[in-house]
Amino acid sequence: MRILPELNDKNRHFWQGGQEGRLVLLRCRRCGYYLHPPSPICPRDRSTDIGPEAVSGLGTVASFTVNHHPWLPVPLPYVIGLVELAEQPALRLTTDIVGCEPDDVRIGMEVSVVFEHHADPDGDVWLPLFEPVGGAVGGSSGAG
Amino acid sequence: MARAEDVVERRCAITGIGQSEIGRRLGRDPLELTLEACLAAVDDAGLTLADVDGLSTYPGPMAVPSGAGAYEVIDALRLNVGWYDSGVETSGQLGSVIKACLAVGAGLADHVICFRSVWEGSAQGAGGRASLGPGGSGTGGGIPKATGITEWSLPFGSASPANWVAMFAQAHMHRYGTTEEQLAQVALNARRNAARNPKAIYRDPMTLEDYLGARMITTPLRLFDCDVPCDGATAFVVSRRELAGDLRQPPVAVEAMGSAMHDRPSWDQVADLTRLVGADAATQMWSRTSLTPADVDVAEIYDGFSYLTMLWLEAIGLCPVGESGPFIEGGERIALDGPLPLNTQGGQLSGGRLHGYGFLHEAVVQLRGDGGERQVPGRPQVAAVAAGGGYTCGCMLLTAGG
Repeated sequence: MRILPELNDKNRHFWQGGQEGRLVLLRCRRCGYYLHPPSPICPRDRSTDIGPEAVSGLGTVASFTVNHHPWLPVPLPYVIGLVELAEQPALRLTTDIVGCEPDDVRIGMEVSVVFEHHADPDGDVWLPLFEPVGGAVGGSSGAG
Repeated sequence: MARAEDVVERRCAITGIGQSEIGRRLGRDPLELTLEACLAAVDDAGLTLADVDGLSTYPGPMAVPSGAGAYEVIDALRLNVGWYDSGVETSGQLGSVIKACLAVGAGLADHVICFRSVWEGSAQGAGGRASLGPGGSGTGGGIPKATGITEWSLPFGSASPANWVAMFAQAHMHRYGTTEEQLAQVALNARRNAARNPKAIYRDPMTLEDYLGARMITTPLRLFDCDVPCDGATAFVVSRRELAGDLRQPPVAVEAMGSAMHDRPSWDQVADLTRLVGADAATQMWSRTSLTPADVDVAEIYDGFSYLTMLWLEAIGLCPVGESGPFIEGGERIALDGPLPLNTQGGQLSGGRLHGYGFLHEAVVQLRGDGGERQVPGRPQVAAVAAGGGYTCGCMLLTAGG
């Protein structure tokens, strides 16, 4: 069972971009800086000309943890990762690393986005998870 | 270096300390525990409630069980305050004491009660720890939704600060070669010291094998890397220093404090995953005193998770950046009779999650020479105290004598 995000006008681009297979973040249209989590002002040039834009969906594992504790009613273990996106230093997503055995996850590993669709009466959500570049090599799933 | 006249915390002393009964699950009213600690602190200082003219607490009333808020205590004790404050958005748990020092230094109050009251033991006993993950909010009675800061983590099962700190620890291990056996020393040292603290929660001896054999929570953090929830309250009286000399206890002087944060207030967007944002607070603290890390005789440092203590050791400059692992290896250096005694009351890992305030309490005990069986030998003169993790960090430097 996933706890899904509550959708609103500030975050729909992120949580529903996966419908079209795209990982979408806010970006400053003036200087090109990506803003995450979403914010109405660019912290670099203070521009408010900001809009959603798809990124490559590629990144590297900046860190991870194999979670064994039942915080939530989901199958264990699962791998929580911090993925640093290719587009910008320290632009990270907290996510799950899937498509490989937990023991095979390494810091520095190259990963690419894969979306997990959840139908919901409040609006469907596509969670951006990450798997090793080149595709899944094992049977591991995320915290679903 | 800050100008001496600007270092207003040096106009302050900690004149009273108090602690309620502490236990895993006491089943007592949290306000009652809070008042027990506050009255003990006022009495310890040799003051009466009529002398108290300020109050400060962390975090105030919250969804996650906290013992009591400022208004409840002010009303229960009918305090007449010249200044009061409560809140969670501050430089860690010590932020509330730092603010009290600012208020006393600025002349808004002479004697400020500071308290932190926890009630997690009983609350979790009722609901189970797993039910206390940082919450979501319901929308129409179905499965709750993730909102606020949990929006970006909870959907991925990243449900606890344990997960977030685990990822910091993993990054440190990867970059600096820190080992699980080194990490273990924080927990083993705490347990050794807890054996000498009658109020500690876990006092039975623990070996490295016990530690490594305990269940994994979230790699690399095992059960004993996580502090133990409890019920209890801790309180202090922060007083104007020139009033401290006439009171009951030898005053413990506030030498310097640090509250700075030069990075994003975020668990996953900070510039460097292996650096504690508290390093900014520590740098600021050292800029307000002529003392240096070499002067520290005893260190009381937050261990909500063991790895946070290692990060703080580096942040405060008690060991070089990246070298906290080798520094604590074997445990001799941080033992009660070592060159840098650490978490002499058993920390939160074995002493109980008194949430930052337990460290300040213990620093005062040690500087007064009241540690009894766990007293650091040689009458320590300077104590470093740090609390918080992630980006909510604050630190203080205390000295013995007025």
